[in-house]
Amino acid sequence: MSRVKFSSRICIFLLTVVAGGCSLLLTGCHGSKGMDAFEIPEEFDVSKEYEITFWAKNDTNKTQTAIYEQAIADFEDLYPNITVNLRLYTDYGKIYNDVITNISTNTTPNVCITYPDHIATYLTGTNLVVPLEELFADEKYGLAGSEVRFDSPAVNEIIPQFLEECSFAGHYYALPYMRSTEACYINKTYVEALGYTLPDALTWDFVWEVSEAAMAQDSEGNFLVNGQKVMIPFIYKSTDNMMIQMLRQKDAGYSTDEGEILLFNDTTRELLFTVAEHAQSGAFSTFKISSYPANFLNAGQCIFAIDSTAGATWMGTNAPLLDISEDKVVEFETAVMPIPQFDTGNPKMISQGPSVCIFNKSDPQEVLASWLFAQYLLTNDVQIAYSETEGYVPVTSKAQESAEYQDYLSRCGEDNDVYYDVKIKAAKLLLDNVDHTFVTPVFGGSASLRDGAGQLIENTVKSVRRGQEVDDGYIDKLYDDITSLYRLDQIGGQNAQAALGKADLGELPKTSVILLASLAAAWVLIILYVVFQMVKRKRNQ
Amino acid sequence: MKKFTSLLLISALMLACVGCGSKASDDADVKSEGVMTYEEYAAAALDTEVVVETYVQAKQSWWDNQATVYTQDKDGAYFLYNMACSEEDYAKLTTGTKIKVTGYKSEWAGEVEIIDATFEIEDGSYIAEAEDVTSILASDDLINHQNKFVSFKGMTVEAIQDADGNDATFLYAWDGSGQDGDDLYFNVSYEGNTYTFTVESYLCDNTTDVYNAVKALNVGDTVDMEGFLYWYEGVNPHITSITVK
Repeated sequence: MSRVKFSSRICIFLLTVVAGGCSLLLTGCHGSKGMDAFEIPEEFDVSKEYEITFWAKNDTNKTQTAIYEQAIADFEDLYPNITVNLRLYTDYGKIYNDVITNISTNTTPNVCITYPDHIATYLTGTNLVVPLEELFADEKYGLAGSEVRFDSPAVNEIIPQFLEECSFAGHYYALPYMRSTEACYINKTYVEALGYTLPDALTWDFVWEVSEAAMAQDSEGNFLVNGQKVMIPFIYKSTDNMMIQMLRQKDAGYSTDEGEILLFNDTTRELLFTVAEHAQSGAFSTFKISSYPANFLNAGQCIFAIDSTAGATWMGTNAPLLDISEDKVVEFETAVMPIPQFDTGNPKMISQGPSVCIFNKSDPQEVLASWLFAQYLLTNDVQIAYSETEGYVPVTSKAQESAEYQDYLSRCGEDNDVYYDVKIKAAKLLLDNVDHTFVTPVFGGSASLRDGAGQLIENTVKSVRRGQEVDDGYIDKLYDDITSLYRLDQIGGQNAQAALGKADLGELPKTSVILLASLAAAWVLIILYVVFQMVKRKRNQ
Repeated sequence: MKKFTSLLLISALMLACVGCGSKASDDADVKSEGVMTYEEYAAAALDTEVVVETYVQAKQSWWDNQATVYTQDKDGAYFLYNMACSEEDYAKLTTGTKIKVTGYKSEWAGEVEIIDATFEIEDGSYIAEAEDVTSILASDDLINHQNKFVSFKGMTVEAIQDADGNDATFLYAWDGSGQDGDDLYFNVSYEGNTYTFTVESYLCDNTTDVYNAVKALNVGDTVDMEGFLYWYEGVNPHITSITVK
């Protein structure tokens, strides 16, 4: 019965303003001198007081909030001259929006939970985000450095795939904090009631087939599988992930590493036709259109709910977190599986989750204090505690291999709280599939492209529900609309090149050409006049 | 003579006031051509296009040329979610402003709303009186008043539990995981039933009287409240004022 999820919903629309934010930021930074690059001080000055702000994201989860607070208290005990002020957010979009707003007033936080896509936008400000590779390697204050006052992981103890996700535009601009992927949470009881058996690996065909079978109704409009008036067999929380993963599984285009947009291709078109077909029957819907998959799943009104592994505590009959009244919850067995695949022999799934970046400040000592705190978030105490709040996994092998974490995993299902089976199964899903995960290229505007990918599905489903025909003409127009809405025609490869300082500025605008030509003509006339006057004077002499 | 003149003037003024009142009410009655009555809107299927004339009662948020607005005519209320709206037009949407809205009827977690909408400002004004729905809080009829500006009288503040099971008078975010500035959640009861009410921070932020009044509540207080009858997986009013009796 939480209204907070509506707040999250509001923030979904904030995510859709990336294009607007991008242009704001680009405008704001145009011509700005920016900050001096950060240089690591020789010594951390413990004689001075430093106050840093930490903008953190939690999943509307009190335990996570408590872990952040505990981490800050423990860190402040170790570094009494550093005070960390926590500001909590419940979604990345709002953080992104606030960072952009604060860049113009030079009031960015010191340490910030974020996505690499968002950092790429922040990078349009000169030296705004601190590159971390030199800090990683610093002998005194780097990862596992000699002067660090806690048991910090070495750089090679950060899971390499997760660390690489933080590398773009030639630098490491973030530390991974937690990692998750998506899982398909399944009402296994209903799947079997429909006469199906869950395969070892889910395929899209299987999910669509079972979903259509679940649409059978009696003469009074009750669905046969659940006896209720409501049944949406397949609900996807994050349609941008849905499109991105489907395209990757089909080896189809999305974007190049340089930022060239490849999304609007024939495979995307085919996928949208499939989505339209199942939206037409009512077998498929999305979070934005219908609400949280977990709410429908727990009420027996959904069979396949795809959401983050970091949403596992909301899933299932015995879920510790519940957003519907208890009398609406039905009894069923919950299966947790990787997302459906087109090729089960070569599974592909997204890697996601919060990373931490550090904003540059005029005082290098303050930045160093920020770095020490960011590094503290990688200690086992923080990593293990936070990962246990949801279906997250720690980002260091040091934490993953610790006896404490292994014990946690081994106690799957012991209770419906810390050891809730759905949550631990979700975490194991990622641990077992790290090699099958991928991330999308990061470049200025990549957040807009991601939004656009999801909006293709959202618009298609909405249109079908509104009785519009989804044909080639519709898709052509949809491609144009999404390109325009997210300004994807202004991203291209140019933006990425600009980030790397290699921008091809193209032809000058006509007005500029006219202005420059006028200036040139004026100078020619002035020179001619001066020469004429000189010749005239000579002749008169 | 002076007394007579005064009485005449007062009578004229009163008549004028009554006249003005009726006019606002009449405006709220009359629908332009092609515009649905509330009854027709309520009967319309989900995902169909709807055209309504309604009056702004409160604004929740504006961002990136999208506005979320609570509106109502004399027959019923319409929640406009992420309606296309420039910042300049948003400033014009003062309480009572009449607007003609074209969009799609939709439902999200039980909340019936108009999405993907556009609007135009029209002449006319209507500000709804809060309708007392206290006595029907537990009835099936309550949903027929969804999104209206309503009042609740004589409810009792109850303890609310955070995620750790600790009792509190209110919570920042639904489970207490938030901070000052986030939505406030608190429990109130009436005739043995307990309900969770919300101070929606986009509608009433932490500088408003209602936000701070809720923070000052005590369990057992008797309160009167006004707000909008929002829905999220059940009734979840967005409170705009609260008075401890």
